[in-house]
Amino acid sequence: MIGQLYYEDVESGSEITALTKQPTTRQLVMWAGASGDYNPIHYDKDYAQSRGLPGVIVHGQLKYSFLGQLMTDWIGERGSLRRLTCSYRGMDLPGEVIICRGKVTRKYIEDGQGYIECSLWLENARGEKTVTGTAVATLPTR
Amino acid sequence: MAQDLSFVEQMKSKVGLELEPRVYEIEKGMIQRFARAIGDTNPLWQDEDYARKGPYAGIIAPPTFILTTGFEQIEQLLTSNASGAVLHGSTEIECYHPVKPGDAIAVAVKIASVRERQGGQTGAMAFIAFDITYTNQRREMVARCRQMVIAS
Repeated sequence: MIGQLYYEDVESGSEITALTKQPTTRQLVMWAGASGDYNPIHYDKDYAQSRGLPGVIVHGQLKYSFLGQLMTDWIGERGSLRRLTCSYRGMDLPGEVIICRGKVTRKYIEDGQGYIECSLWLENARGEKTVTGTAVATLPTR
Repeated sequence: MAQDLSFVEQMKSKVGLELEPRVYEIEKGMIQRFARAIGDTNPLWQDEDYARKGPYAGIIAPPTFILTTGFEQIEQLLTSNASGAVLHGSTEIECYHPVKPGDAIAVAVKIASVRERQGGQTGAMAFIAFDITYTNQRREMVARCRQMVIAS
């Protein structure tokens, strides 16, 4: 496991270690089964095209969960993700590389607990931000 | 359901409605399947021996796992009514307690608001907000969520 991140280790502007994903259609099917989101736009190309989409598209909540992993990987197991808010701004297609990124926007102590606020986004190979969001997490102090 | 009402009108008539609460019993296999679907290999979600020595003295679910409980209810409501595509607008969760194998999570879904916007070729689009609360067997609220869904 990666070492534990501490509140003292981060500053406003600190970058979160990026996480790269390349979801396949198979992964979308795994996600459908694991999440209960059986909307056919994510696995049935004919159906997706009949609804005006270019083909099957990556589930918004899978991308949301990638950003959740971005945070939990980075804050370590003694950190705790308290809030995650994301807007889905663009479509991603299976097979394409997407990169989860983020940075710290604020840090503060409340009730003796170290908090960080982060801005997060998911960008595709064309540099488009297809998901943007914010997160709040607690970190242990040294 | 009245066939002459538009989808948006049907959804508007449901604002404030709470869907029938459901209880989900959380199993280790569900968490494992979820972590694998994301491609998240963190041993805290899957490795019992590892997790036992950690801060939670056992496996916990990744924070976004909670979204999978109850989503089928939203999905069924929308796909049985909407004629066009159903897309996700935004998701927000607040987490208060970790979810562990053996938990029984009661999920309460409420239709919070419906806004209408005139679209292009697809006609009217509805922006539907769902408020969801998740409560465990100890009556602790483990998380709450707001999902914004766009349907036509």
